[in-house]
Amino acid sequence: MASTDLHDPDAYVRNGQYDVDRHWRDLVRQRRLYTALSLGILFVALFASLWFANETNAGKFFDRLPHFFDFVGGMIPRDGWEVWRALFDLESPYYDGSFKYDYPDGRVYFWGTWYVPEYIHKMVETLNIAILSTLIGFIFGFLLCFLAATNLTTTRWLRFVVRRFMEFLRAFPEIVIAGFFLAIFSLGPVPAIIAVSIHTIGALGKMFFEVVENADMKPDEGLRAVGANWTERVWFGIVPQIMPNFLSYTLLRLEINVRASTIIGAVGAGGIGEVLRLSISRGHEAKTLAIILLLFVTIVAVDQLSAWLRRKIVGDQAFQFGA
Amino acid sequence: MTMSAQPLSAARIDEIMARQPDVFRRPFHKRFAAPLAVAAVTAYCIYAFWFFSIGQVFANGNWNIAGTYLADWVSYEVRPDIEYRDGEIEVTFPRFSPLGENPDPDWIETEQGTVTVIVDRPTDNSASAAPASGSFMSPNSDATLTAEDNALDGDAAATPADEGFSFMSPNSDATLTAEDNALGGAAPAADEAVVTETRQGVARALVTIYERGTIDVTPDRVIVTRYNGTLDVLIDRENEQVLPQGPLPEWASQRAPGAKVFIDFGFYGRAEIRHREVKVNRRFLGWENFVFDPASPYWGLGFGEVMGKAFGPPIEEGRSNFGIMWQNIVYNAEWQHGDVWIKLLQTIVMAFVGTLFAVFIAFPLSFAAARNITPNRFVNQILKRFFDFLRSVDMLIWALFFTRAFGPGPLAGISAIFFTDTGTLGKLYSEALENIDDKQREGVRSVGAGPAAVQRFGVVPQVLPIFASQALYFWESNTRSATIIGAVGAGGIGLKLWEAMRTNQDWENVFYMVILILIVVFIFDNVSGALRARLVGRQAG
Repeated sequence: MASTDLHDPDAYVRNGQYDVDRHWRDLVRQRRLYTALSLGILFVALFASLWFANETNAGKFFDRLPHFFDFVGGMIPRDGWEVWRALFDLESPYYDGSFKYDYPDGRVYFWGTWYVPEYIHKMVETLNIAILSTLIGFIFGFLLCFLAATNLTTTRWLRFVVRRFMEFLRAFPEIVIAGFFLAIFSLGPVPAIIAVSIHTIGALGKMFFEVVENADMKPDEGLRAVGANWTERVWFGIVPQIMPNFLSYTLLRLEINVRASTIIGAVGAGGIGEVLRLSISRGHEAKTLAIILLLFVTIVAVDQLSAWLRRKIVGDQAFQFGA
Repeated sequence: MTMSAQPLSAARIDEIMARQPDVFRRPFHKRFAAPLAVAAVTAYCIYAFWFFSIGQVFANGNWNIAGTYLADWVSYEVRPDIEYRDGEIEVTFPRFSPLGENPDPDWIETEQGTVTVIVDRPTDNSASAAPASGSFMSPNSDATLTAEDNALDGDAAATPADEGFSFMSPNSDATLTAEDNALGGAAPAADEAVVTETRQGVARALVTIYERGTIDVTPDRVIVTRYNGTLDVLIDRENEQVLPQGPLPEWASQRAPGAKVFIDFGFYGRAEIRHREVKVNRRFLGWENFVFDPASPYWGLGFGEVMGKAFGPPIEEGRSNFGIMWQNIVYNAEWQHGDVWIKLLQTIVMAFVGTLFAVFIAFPLSFAAARNITPNRFVNQILKRFFDFLRSVDMLIWALFFTRAFGPGPLAGISAIFFTDTGTLGKLYSEALENIDDKQREGVRSVGAGPAAVQRFGVVPQVLPIFASQALYFWESNTRSATIIGAVGAGGIGLKLWEAMRTNQDWENVFYMVILILIVVFIFDNVSGALRARLVGRQAG
């Protein structure tokens, strides 16, 4: 390679470096132009969206901002202990006959004077919704995923049907399923279980079949060589190697489902979500804070537990959303 | 497993077992992992079954309604009433019937004939049920006035037998009458009070429910024919009795003798035979009046006719025909297309703006939160706990919170998504930054670049594809979550969906919105998947 002498422009051109440089500069210019254009479009879209959101909102952003701070101010309880009293259903010194300070009202007695505080009971309900639907999702996702994997199911149409079916379950709005079953079963947690389960089947099924497609096929080959049928090949050849990943994904889904069942609960399907919505809309500050505290602690605990278990099951190759 | 030719001796077996403790002497929890897991899951399921009383809930579920609601997703009902109370048949449709005003569908045939019509009758108790509550007062307080009113009224005077039973009748002891009636004057009017007239009129109506059956209505008799049987029902209008002749077939039911008879045509419709009318529900496949509602001048026309009308002479002064057409579509009373589209756009905007803002905030903060980029433990920890806080306070809580603060609408949704995702993206971004290759930074630093340039040229090129890919993933998944948090009041299509479901009347609108949502989710999934594949290679898809 010839060294470039800066005092000899001819050599610069002669060696072809001029062309390279020019081409590079052109590329950079083009790239910058594209970046600027994309950013420009992004910002135009952003400001159009913001304008639209503000126009169609019930209250305009700047009109509502003072109310926002009022609302935050209204969330401060009369004293710090009120939150704990609300959380554990203890009697309040501020009790004036109104529902706002009537904490013992929600006690769930199970034996004599022993009771479970209302919100803890509701939280257990929401957790149970999440666990049960994750379990249902795991069972059906497990059964379906092998039928959707290219390496195990050679029938093209069957794979296609199963995959589209799982996609449909995943994309179908949970809230519509919940609303539909609320109409049939009336209020209660069962519609939430059905809605979250259906979504979970689709979501886990997709994750699972991708894991299955990446499985090592040598055990399967060995089993095929000794004449195992399809079920035996799957059960002894594939399942042992994919089980840790399956469990890990299921735990991740459990974290998501705890949140999902809280939200579904808020639209009328019971659990902690519903009491939270009610207490926020009624302006019961101590109750609201108690629920938020409980929810926060539970979600952190579930996340930590699940992360710890996942690390134990699959080692440090952590699974993350969208990673 | 193949048998070896030489059977193993006991000593050799012991030796092998001692050599391979992992295989032969596994700990209890490993050996019985599968049965234990199955047992635990079963036990949990039994507990959950008890906890949610699932058996009871399913038993109490309103499964008949479920079928109707599901059918409503893809079909609609037309509900004519065939009234024969007075002896002449009258076919009426409820207001806002999908067939528009004064419909004359070809599946209801009427026949002229001689009818005996009750011209005047003693006040019918059940008919006056609604005014009754209001008129209890009138005989008491201003009985005189009532009497005068009635005296002026020729019709009332012509029916002396009315007296004992009509609230409005002139009566010497009006108070007593009122009390009588208030206590439940269920007794029908005296026979001789009925004034009848024989004339020409509609004597018969024949309703065809596809090839499934027919309902032949005459004032005194209703004959229901289905492909597998006939039901003959006599109507005793005097005594308000519905009397089926012979045993009821399986598709008909009656709660008590003389009460109304229900006829079930399955998906195709149903009917109720009452002593004063037959209520027919006939189901049609499809979405009624999806484009134009009956109020529109374009209603009920085919595509060619609509176009012809649009290009034809002006329908209304000062407005173009296409303007009217567009107006009619957008403001379709039943489907509310314009509103649905706006709400859908709100949901999309909520996801888009919320995610974008979260990226804007999470991007700089993640540099401060990453251990290797900001070597300050205190700042790292504070920011990471802050991200955890934003993430762990559920999106629901943020949504409820901001709905209270900003009022229902997309601003609340944007804020909720923004807060939650700042936490999630901040966490993911700072983790990605902590995993970068340090050599590029060193290289940039070694040529004497300043701190900002080190980040710009040493760090950002490595992480930008990952950052963008994760942002796209969350944009996609937020489009879905925005639907749900919308229902708790954060606006958008979720709220609209929830309102439509609440009434249990508009399942076809629910289905319409679901289809729109599915289309949007599908498009966004694919766009985001394609962009991510370009950014970080195939494995991200």
